[in-house]
Amino acid sequence: MKDAHGHAGAHGHVEPQSFIWKYVFSVDHKVIGIQYLVTSFLFLLVGFSMMLLMRWQLAIPTPADDFDPEKLGMIRSLLNWMWPEKMPYGFMDPEFYNQLGAMHGTIMIFLGVVPLGVAAFGNYVLPLQIGAPDMAFPRLNMMSYWTYFVGGIVLMASFWAPGGAPQSGWTSYAPLSVVAPAGQTYWLIGMVIIITSSLFGAINFIVTTLNMRAKGMTLGRMPVFCWAQLVTAVLLLLAFPVLEAGALLQLLDRVAHTSFYIPKDMIYGATVFPRAGGGSPILWQHLFWFLAHPEVYVLLLPAFGIVAEIIATNTRKPLFGYKELVGSLIVIGILSFVVWAHHMFLSGMRTSLANLFVTTTMTISIPSVAVLTCLLLSLRGGSIRFNTPMLFALAFLPMFGIGGLTGLPLGFAPTDMHLHDTYYVIGHFHYVVAPGSLVALMGGLYYWYPKMFGRKMNETLGKVHFWLTIIPMNFVFFPLLIQGMWGMQRRLAVPTDQWHNLPVQGWSMMIGIAAAVLFVGQIPFVFNFFWSLRNGEKAAENPWNSTTLEWACPSPPPHGNFTREPEVFRGPYEYSVPGHKSDYWPQDEAA
Amino acid sequence: MSTAAIAETNTGISNAKLGTWTFLASEIMLFGGLISAYVILRSGSAHMVVPPRSMMGVPLATFNTFALITSSVTMVLALAAIQEGNVQRFARWIGCTIGGGLIFLIVKAYEYHHKWEEGITLSSNLFGSFYYTLTGLHVLHVTGGLVLMLYILVAGLRGRFTPASHDRVESAGLYWHFVDLVWVILFPILYLL
Amino acid sequence: MSQDWGYQWGLPTAASSYASDIDWLMWLLHAVMIFIFVAWGIFFVYCLFRYRARDGERAVYHQAGESASFIPDGLVLAFEIWLILAFGIPLWAAIKQETPPPDESMTVNLVAQQFAWNFQYPGPDGKFGRRNVALVTAENPIGLDPDDPASKDDVVTINNLNVPNGKPTILRMTSKDVIHSFQVTEFRNKQDVVPGLETMLWFEPTVAGKYEIGCAQLCGLGHTKMVGNVFVQSQDEFDGWQKEQLAEKLGTTGTADARTVTPAADSRS
Ligand code: HEA
Ligand code: HEA
Ligand code: CUA
Ligand SMILES: [Cu+2]
Repeated sequence: MKDAHGHAGAHGHVEPQSFIWKYVFSVDHKVIGIQYLVTSFLFLLVGFSMMLLMRWQLAIPTPADDFDPEKLGMIRSLLNWMWPEKMPYGFMDPEFYNQLGAMHGTIMIFLGVVPLGVAAFGNYVLPLQIGAPDMAFPRLNMMSYWTYFVGGIVLMASFWAPGGAPQSGWTSYAPLSVVAPAGQTYWLIGMVIIITSSLFGAINFIVTTLNMRAKGMTLGRMPVFCWAQLVTAVLLLLAFPVLEAGALLQLLDRVAHTSFYIPKDMIYGATVFPRAGGGSPILWQHLFWFLAHPEVYVLLLPAFGIVAEIIATNTRKPLFGYKELVGSLIVIGILSFVVWAHHMFLSGMRTSLANLFVTTTMTISIPSVAVLTCLLLSLRGGSIRFNTPMLFALAFLPMFGIGGLTGLPLGFAPTDMHLHDTYYVIGHFHYVVAPGSLVALMGGLYYWYPKMFGRKMNETLGKVHFWLTIIPMNFVFFPLLIQGMWGMQRRLAVPTDQWHNLPVQGWSMMIGIAAAVLFVGQIPFVFNFFWSLRNGEKAAENPWNSTTLEWACPSPPPHGNFTREPEVFRGPYEYSVPGHKSDYWPQDEAA
Repeated sequence: MSTAAIAETNTGISNAKLGTWTFLASEIMLFGGLISAYVILRSGSAHMVVPPRSMMGVPLATFNTFALITSSVTMVLALAAIQEGNVQRFARWIGCTIGGGLIFLIVKAYEYHHKWEEGITLSSNLFGSFYYTLTGLHVLHVTGGLVLMLYILVAGLRGRFTPASHDRVESAGLYWHFVDLVWVILFPILYLL
Repeated sequence: MSQDWGYQWGLPTAASSYASDIDWLMWLLHAVMIFIFVAWGIFFVYCLFRYRARDGERAVYHQAGESASFIPDGLVLAFEIWLILAFGIPLWAAIKQETPPPDESMTVNLVAQQFAWNFQYPGPDGKFGRRNVALVTAENPIGLDPDDPASKDDVVTINNLNVPNGKPTILRMTSKDVIHSFQVTEFRNKQDVVPGLETMLWFEPTVAGKYEIGCAQLCGLGHTKMVGNVFVQSQDEFDGWQKEQLAEKLGTTGTADARTVTPAADSRS
């Protein structure tokens, strides 16, 4: 590591030679960004496919009375043929369900959305926006991608481990995870590798933002996206090591027979579990959530940043309350370290602690409201262009609104008694991560695609994709809130095993259909992505008439980024300045 | 890294040094997480059987603390030497630092062996688990530090460092002091409390 | 079967003394959430329409009312503080931090396991027999020590919890293996059941009937099937039931209670 630190700066701009060095082990932040982009989209697709199988199972969890194994429909025959043991007749074995569930959560968060929001867009855009030729440590950057890649492979390989993939949820609560089959060991090792990758990235982002800004680019002139990335990097830097510590202890519990999380006299199977005991299962939860709460803001902050950029550009006016926005991001960052136990109100921790965490949780919702208010008020007085990226950015606002608001009943311990571990929680956080973050990230791709590939994505296909994403998503996630309110627990392979769930089981059919439509709705997107590489409308340096620095270099930017040394003269969002010749005044344009 | 590059950074701190500080911040959280886990269970678990102090070998550990602190001091002297451009003296002090680290590791190995014989093993009880995990991770860090020091020594002898440019010596030094500091925290909470 | 699958929404029946308080807070929160969302949404849609790009119109550069944006923040903050002080803390204290006096309530031990709920009633002497992990077998799931005189009249049931209506029941809960979570939606309460730790949950049923116990914490393959029943009966019915159980136990010592549901055979994780 130290090595990479040292060397990196000095060799920032080795000219790429062969294909391998240019595209595979490249140290150019733009190539690395695109590597991250493609990989994380692939993982998103994998994660979504798993969920599609699960939603199929949840739509019809058990055979009907008149079920005839001889007359399987097309889908059931296919599933039966693909996984005769795991999905006999197309009905999912609970073990397989638990595996897919745990892997869906892990993949979506650690291999999908975070790498996409932080590593892909952060890598590509951040150096451009601050006017840097590259990251501070290009080699470390390359290593970060490849460690992420290896971590992803290890996690996926767990499907072929004896006993199959991890099946204790993405939260991996001990002691269940300690007694689980070998897949859990893969999960722990994979997580440690991914954490290492994130730490490389975080160090790089922090040093780059603090040290590598162009002349005139003061911190106060940085676009909101850069601020969001900076705060995110700090969260990753400080929160992830704690999970690393927790994962190390769990790994030792599994392989070295320690008992950090194993209580005294635990009985497993029919006998006393052969461990010294004395550990605490709740300790794991503290260590896990100490990471995982900041982690959810890691999912969110880059999305905030992207939405801010797109909104500023497409309302043609300065963002409302730049200082308040940046301040709120920082406050969110700080507070996110003191709310973790709101996931643990009912875990058996000291009950008096709950009041403390209710209070901090309510406090942290205030800066989120402030961010949303600023973004919303930014629309006022604008001249709004409804292009594809803008649609995605606009949709983010109410969708995150629903997600955030549903966080409130969860944040109050008394109401959480009813809602905890039900589909209400699933509904809450999917509204923030899927029609929230993920949709904002898609918008980011439409927005920066011209910079990355020199061509715009097709607008019509983009709009089709937009509506086919946002409408089905609501049909998927809103009923989850309803089911959860009724008390349907999460992580049930067969919810109808419990009669109290029957009155809301019907919704699952609707959700299943909507999820399938959502899947189909991604086809225009994938097609558009590849088609536009060659056939998209050619984009010049600054296709959206934006002010920020990433638009001051060629599309795509050459190695070393800027053809002329950028110098910054003003704040990031000088749109429609009275008296100025055009309605945008780029940061690097001399007065 | 050239002097020109340092002057170019916005903060005036070189990338390498800022990177090292950031890295150490994450290391603090790593050890912080483990140490708080230990403290929580130490005070909260009824089954944390702490071996008597006599079994822990406090004198030996005290000696080790001393060795590590000394090596931190020699590291400071080495840095001072290279700042004056005295490669000979630099190499000597780095050599002492490496020596201090090696002594630490050898004594630690002996301690491990001894404790294991006495029945304090990784899985024997909760205290043992924490003892080996915390000190083991620290030992890994010391080992990594020694590799780093060797590299610094070789690079220094080859004339890579000058009074104007010796960032890596400073970074290595920061890291070494951190490793030392971790031990200074581990020693009392594992041996004396 | 599938014809029973419905499209209900809302909250299930409220059947415990504090359920209505929780429901009240729940509806209040949701009403305010909907209000905020709709108000915000109207403004949002208005902006999209009013400020859409039009020829010859430029966006406004100087925007007045910077400080106006603090108004919603402040309002939400004030509302949240009020909620915390008026409901959050007191309700939580009443339900989770305080327990009804033991002499006016019934205490039952719950020992959860993969994938069943074992209940231990103290019986007429009001004392729980000792439990010992070394004695745990399939027939004696909670490891009740037969040598302890207090255990003679203890009743152990699997997956069935009978409780008197209108009287608080205190559950002292622990788990043998992994973490489970006891939930009865009609009581609006839930509590993790953790190995190596005793957690507590109490409820005072207000409506007689049969309710379902669900497990709300992923605990392995049988998580989805880890269900039980709560039978809320009148005090007389309950006393009768307890006598019956006792008679049965004393009559047929050693054999498993035939009427109890055996736990799922599969105990893999
Ligand atoms: C991006 C991710 C993200 C974000 C931003 C949040 C934000 C919040 N979360 Fe969420 N949360 C998760 C991801 C996220 N969460 C995940 C993944 C889980 C489950 C993990 C698991 O168990 O597997 C979870 C679980 C979770 C729980 C635990 C529930 C349980 O298990 O019982 C709680 C409890 O307090 C909670 C609370 C909150 C709160 C109060 C916020 C607040 O920060 C929200 C603040 C925002 C607002 C208050 C919105 C303001 C809106 C408006 C002002 C109106 C806007 C309207 C228009 C524009 C029209 N969350
Ligand atoms: C970032 C996090 C994230 C995201 C984005 C999602 C996305 C989705 N999730 Fe997930 N989910 C989790 C995180 C996430 N989830 C977590 C943490 C859990 C808890 C796990 C646990 O219990 O342990 C969970 C659990 C969970 C459950 C509960 C299961 C249970 O408790 O039993 C359900 C059920 O409906 C669900 C559904 C969905 C659906 C339908 C989507 C959809 O929104 C998916 C949409 C996806 C896309 C639209 C993909 C788009 C990309 C492409 C198509 C690729 C294009 C390629 C190129 C251009 C190259 N999720
Ligand atoms: Cu027991 Cu889930
Ligand atoms: Cu949280």
